[in-house]
Amino acid sequence: MSAAPEIAMHDCRKAFAQTLIELARADERIVAVCNDSVGSSNLGGFREEFPERLINVGIAEQNMVGVAAGLANAGYLPFVSAASPFLTGRATEQIKADIVYSGANVKLCGQSPGVSYGELGPTHHSIEDIAWMRALDDLPIVVPADPEQTVEAVRWAAEVEGPVFLRIGRYKVPSVSEGQVPAFRPGRAEQLTDGDDVTLVANGTMVTVALQAAGQLEASGIRARVLNMATVHPLDHESLLRAARETRGIVTVEESVPRGGLGGAAAEFLAENQPARMRLLGTHEFAVTGDVEYLFDRFDLTPGGVADAARNLLAT
Amino acid sequence: MSAGTITSTQPPCTTSADVRDLALRIRLGALDTIATAGLGHVGGDFSVTDILAVLYGGVLRVDPADPAWPDRDRFVMSKGHAAASLYTALALRGFFPESELATFAGPDSRLGGHPNRRKTPGIETNTGPLGHGLPVAVGMATGAQLAGAGWQTYVVVGDGEIQEGSNWEALMYAAHRGLSNLTLFVDRNRLQQGAGTEETNALDPLDEKIRAFGWETSVVDGHDIEALWAAIRAPRDHGRPVAIVADTVKGKGVSFMENLAAWHHKVPSAEQVELARAELMGARA
Ligand SMILES: Cc1ncc(C[n+]2csc(CCOP(=O)(O)OP(=O)(O)O)c2C)c(N)n1
Ligand SMILES: [Mg+2]
Repeated sequence: MSAAPEIAMHDCRKAFAQTLIELARADERIVAVCNDSVGSSNLGGFREEFPERLINVGIAEQNMVGVAAGLANAGYLPFVSAASPFLTGRATEQIKADIVYSGANVKLCGQSPGVSYGELGPTHHSIEDIAWMRALDDLPIVVPADPEQTVEAVRWAAEVEGPVFLRIGRYKVPSVSEGQVPAFRPGRAEQLTDGDDVTLVANGTMVTVALQAAGQLEASGIRARVLNMATVHPLDHESLLRAARETRGIVTVEESVPRGGLGGAAAEFLAENQPARMRLLGTHEFAVTGDVEYLFDRFDLTPGGVADAARNLLAT
Repeated sequence: MSAGTITSTQPPCTTSADVRDLALRIRLGALDTIATAGLGHVGGDFSVTDILAVLYGGVLRVDPADPAWPDRDRFVMSKGHAAASLYTALALRGFFPESELATFAGPDSRLGGHPNRRKTPGIETNTGPLGHGLPVAVGMATGAQLAGAGWQTYVVVGDGEIQEGSNWEALMYAAHRGLSNLTLFVDRNRLQQGAGTEETNALDPLDEKIRAFGWETSVVDGHDIEALWAAIRAPRDHGRPVAIVADTVKGKGVSFMENLAAWHHKVPSAEQVELARAELMGARA
C-alpha cells in the first residue's frame, strides 16, 4: 500500500472514511454498504472513487445487514456504515443471526453514536448500542478515542477474519494517542496517566474527559490512572486486575448506558475476579431535549462530574 | 383561521380557503421555529404541510383540552423529522401556546427534535426512526375495529421511509383485516435524505404496489386542498384501508428550496428566512 495521505487528525468520521478508501484501493473485496447515509457516513469520497462498490440499499437497515452478509458469502469484504442507533437497533436480529451466529466476515460501523445527535433526541441517540452488541456471542467491540485509533482500528478490522463492531464518533475530539505507536492494540487498554489512588476507565469521547478529570484530581492531591479501554470486547482483563489491586477504586466513564456497557463489562469481570469499589458513569436514561454539551452536563459526563465521582468513591 | 367551531372537538376550517390560510401559517411557523432553533428538516416540513392543514383544519376530531379523549381521531406523523410543521399545526389547533414553538429543540423543551408523546400534547406515538408509524397506526385502527368505535386513524409516511420493510408488513396486515377506518398518506416528494428515491431504491409505481397489497389507492396533488379533502371523504364501503399517494414537492413554496435534497435538513440563513417568508406570503396574497 502507498504511503497514507494526510488525515485531518481531529475528526474520527473523516479518518474512518479516508482509511476505508485507502484500504479499498489495495483490496478489491472491500465494499461499503449503507442506508441513505452517504452523507452522514462521509462516504461521498468512496462513492466517487468506487461508484460500483458503494451499495446504498435505501432506508432499510434490516435489508442492509442481510445484504452485507450475502456479499460476504460471495467473497466481498463489506463495511456496513450507518447511524449506530439504526444499525444496531433496527437490525439487531440480522446482526445476531446473519452476521455473528453465521460468522459472516462483515464489519459493522456504527456512526454518530452516544448522544451525538443531541437535540434530535433519544430515538437518534445510540446509548444502548454497546449493551446490545455486547450481548452477542464474542463479537469484538471497538470504540476508538481519536482519529489515530480510528485509522488503526479500521485497518485491524479489515485484516481480522470475522465480524467486528466499530463505533465511530461524530464530533471532533482532541488526540489522546498522539505519538503513541501503535495507537490501537486490539483487546488492550492504553494507560495514559500513572496513578495509584483511583483509576478512571474510559473510551471514545470520554477519554478526553477522563484525562481532564485526572488533571483536576491531581490539583487536589489525588493521583488518577487513566485507562483508554478502546476495546470493550474482549476486555483487557490484566489492566483491570492491576487497577483493582493497585488503586483504591475504579470509575468507568462512557457515552452510553453503563448497564451492559463498558461499566457493566468491567464490573462483571471484577465481581468474579477481583472485587473493587466502583462508580459506573454514563447516560442513565432517555435524555431530555438539549444539545450535546448540555446533555453531557446533565449526565455529569464532564471533567468536574468525573472528578467528583472519583472523590466520592475515595471518601466513602 | 375563521371560526367554524361547533364544539372544541370539531375541526375549525369549513372552507378550502380557511385550510389554505392554515397551511400558510404552518409554513411560516415552521420556518421561524427552525430558524430560531438552528436545526430542523424544512424540506419535509413543507412537503407535508398541506396534508397537515387539511387534517388539523378540516378533518381530525380531537380535543386540545383533553388530548387523551378516548374517541378522538388518531394522527401519526411517521416521518417524525417533520416535527416543526407538526408542532406548529398542534399549536395552531390549540394544544399548546404558539409561543412555545420558540423553545423547539432547546434545553428541556417539551418540543424535542422528534415528537415525544410523553411530553408533547397531541402526539400519539414517538417517531423519528423511520418505519414505525404505520404499524402503530394499524394497531390503532385494529383497536377501533375490535371495539366497534367510530374514530378514524390517519398516518403520514415519507416516500423514502416506505423503503423500510416494516411498512410492507403493516400494509399487508391492514388489508388482511379490512381496516377501512385507516387512511395512509405517502408524502411522495421523490427525495429522501441524500438523493432521489428512484435513484436510491426505486418505488414506482408506488400506488400500484400498494393497491396490489389490497388497499384502496388514489394519487392526488398533495398541495391541492380540495383534492386531498375529497380523497379523504370518498366513501369507505369498499372495506379496504385507504392509501393516498400525495404527489408533493420537497421544500414546497420556497423556490430556492424546492426539489433539492440539500434542503432535507439545511437551516436557512436570516436572509434566506426573509426571502422564504416573502415568497410564502406573496403566493397566498
Ligand atoms: C430507521 C432510520 N434510518 C435512517 C434515518 C435517517 N433519516 C432521517 S430522515 C431520512 C430521509 C427520509 O426521507 P423521506 O421518508 O422521503 O422523508 P422526506 O422526504 O419527507 O423528508 C433519513 C434517511 C432514520 N431517521 N431512521
Ligand atoms: Mg421524501
